[in-house]
Amino acid sequence: MPAPKTRSSLGRALDLKHGRIDLAHGSGGRAMAQLIEELFARHLDNPFLAQGDDGAVLPGADGRLVMATDSHVISPLFFPGGDIGSLSVHGTLNDLAVMGARPLWLSAAFILEEGFPLADLARIVESMGEASRVAGVPIVTGDTKVVERGKGDGVFITTTGVGSLPPDRDVSGRHARPGDVVLISGTLGDHGMAIMAARENLGFETPIVSDSAALHGLTEALFASGARVHTLRDPTRGGLATTLNEITRQSGVGIVLDEAALPINPAVAAACEFLGLDPLYVANEGKLLAIVAPDDADAALAALRAHPLGARAARIGTVQADTHRFVQMTTTLGGRRIVDWLNGDQLPRIC
Amino acid sequence: MKYIDEFRDGALARKLGADIARAADPRRHYHFMEFCGGHTHAISRYGVADLLPANVRMIHGPGCPVCVLPIGRVDQAIRLALDHGVMLCTYGDCLRVPASDGLSLLKARARGADVRMVYSSADAVALARQHPDRQVVFFAIGFETTTPPTAVAIREAAALGLGNFSVLCCHVLTPPAMTAILEAPASAGGVPLDGFVGPAHVSTIIGSAPYAFCAERYGKPVVIAGFEPLDVMQAILMLIRQTNEGRAEVENEFVRAVSHEGNRKAQALVAEVFVRRPDFEWRGLGTIPDSALGLAPAYRAFDAEARFPVAYRSVADHKACECGAILRGVKRPQECRIFGTACTPENPVGSCMVSSEGACAAHYTYGRYKDA
Repeated sequence: MPAPKTRSSLGRALDLKHGRIDLAHGSGGRAMAQLIEELFARHLDNPFLAQGDDGAVLPGADGRLVMATDSHVISPLFFPGGDIGSLSVHGTLNDLAVMGARPLWLSAAFILEEGFPLADLARIVESMGEASRVAGVPIVTGDTKVVERGKGDGVFITTTGVGSLPPDRDVSGRHARPGDVVLISGTLGDHGMAIMAARENLGFETPIVSDSAALHGLTEALFASGARVHTLRDPTRGGLATTLNEITRQSGVGIVLDEAALPINPAVAAACEFLGLDPLYVANEGKLLAIVAPDDADAALAALRAHPLGARAARIGTVQADTHRFVQMTTTLGGRRIVDWLNGDQLPRIC
Repeated sequence: MKYIDEFRDGALARKLGADIARAADPRRHYHFMEFCGGHTHAISRYGVADLLPANVRMIHGPGCPVCVLPIGRVDQAIRLALDHGVMLCTYGDCLRVPASDGLSLLKARARGADVRMVYSSADAVALARQHPDRQVVFFAIGFETTTPPTAVAIREAAALGLGNFSVLCCHVLTPPAMTAILEAPASAGGVPLDGFVGPAHVSTIIGSAPYAFCAERYGKPVVIAGFEPLDVMQAILMLIRQTNEGRAEVENEFVRAVSHEGNRKAQALVAEVFVRRPDFEWRGLGTIPDSALGLAPAYRAFDAEARFPVAYRSVADHKACECGAILRGVKRPQECRIFGTACTPENPVGSCMVSSEGACAAHYTYGRYKDA
């Protein structure tokens, strides 16, 4: 929803309907101040940001802190289920959540390309504000730069987050142990296929919607169940297969997946089939991978399923001792195969 | 997913596996070649080999479009992009095929070549329309399946009078390659084959009739099969039965998509736009007569080889690379000295390690735990 024109101390209000970013918006002068006041401050409003200084003064936090950062470049900027704004909030929140942290604050840095429509920017910033409010984590400081036309791709957003880590939590990709159980919080590949369908203008009858969501509520529910959580990850780029290969390498173990147990939306499965892609390698932006002690698997699964983001959670595999650190899968057919690292981009088959 | 899950059903697979085990005569060995990379991929991805008895061995054939592409053809594409400044459009699988001088199309792109990945030949025509000031070349590879879309693109370019569009035509034909495999004498590394799992998608275009020579002239059964794992298993069972009964026929397991005569419309289109090249070099199989297509005289204006001075030069494979022997079914991927060491999907030396349909990439990606 484009914002209405607002009265401004800086002269004529920003034209949020037809206006475009120009180099002045990044030059530190009045135009930049106006952009910050009428667009960023308006949608991201909170007391820390309202301090209006070069940095935000934050209250001290006890114990250990976790810090994570994530840059977001995506085409298209708007897609079913989200946009680069909400995605940039969720991405960093999820990096904190899978460390076991409770997110506290976010920062956001924008690189804008000259000529970028202000209406689109307003939509993106509004969506960031909404995502940050829903998550309960304010964006307390930020930065904006403008690059010449042709030197950016519309808008790039980098967010950084800080969270507090409760003393009893110690999750890491290094902590998977033979016998542990592998859980996933829901269906695989929704985000990646939503992007691909939007990018390639693939008009599937059933629209595929990105799963972009903040996961810290789900991780809190998991910890509250008392389950001994060894490893948490959000399988983004490269999908579940890539994440599992990272974990087996870090922990020095193998993992065996059960293909029949993998939750996949029928529309995503069909789109992957159609394009010759494997949903195991397709990105997610709102899924939690949890590796838990075997005795706690049932409690952990129940906790995930009781949360709105984990309704389709499933037990999908087991950690085993394996000096080769292979991720393997028992196929629906009853055979066995490796689920390997992806090599470059996933490519459709020709023949 | 309807019409898909039925062909990946575990219970049916176990039953078929038991049928195959019962049908296979324990006193003999069976060597069947799945010609197509699509079948190789299905066998590896679903672990079909785990469901077969030890005396039934599948040999991975050469039906993988990028695997059979000789280095010299990729060199031509790179020269077009680097030396002649064309916008080179190609299917994604071609990008990483190793060429001369340590280059590939992907590496050429990093050196400034304008190489675009397209999903279809129509995308290449669209690029030519969008960039009238640029020469756009479509690097057309693949078997009979991808040939009709190239024909459509060329006809469209002709209809639009697109003077900036041309095709580097490397389309190849399945039956001549099967002949080359059957003709290879044992001394030259030919393998004793008991039959073929026949192509799926290729056969939807050419039909089942063109494989009759395998049965009639060489006494080898062919069972055309779909690309789903149960299709492949059913075809293997049918091949075992033919072998046991001493029959050699072309049978069609893939009746839901393949007819005897194939897709006449596509065949007519291909016949209009292309002619057979007198001979063509294949990676691993050498030069095979009448095995590839070039542009028909009426469409010669769209032939990139005629438009640009990029004559084909044959280039020998890397000395240690066994792609040739692997493509002929003489060696298994894991028998190659550089498999998994110098040659991996990240840094392929040979073309069989590039495409997911290639025998080496399929074994490396899905099956190498068995070698561990």
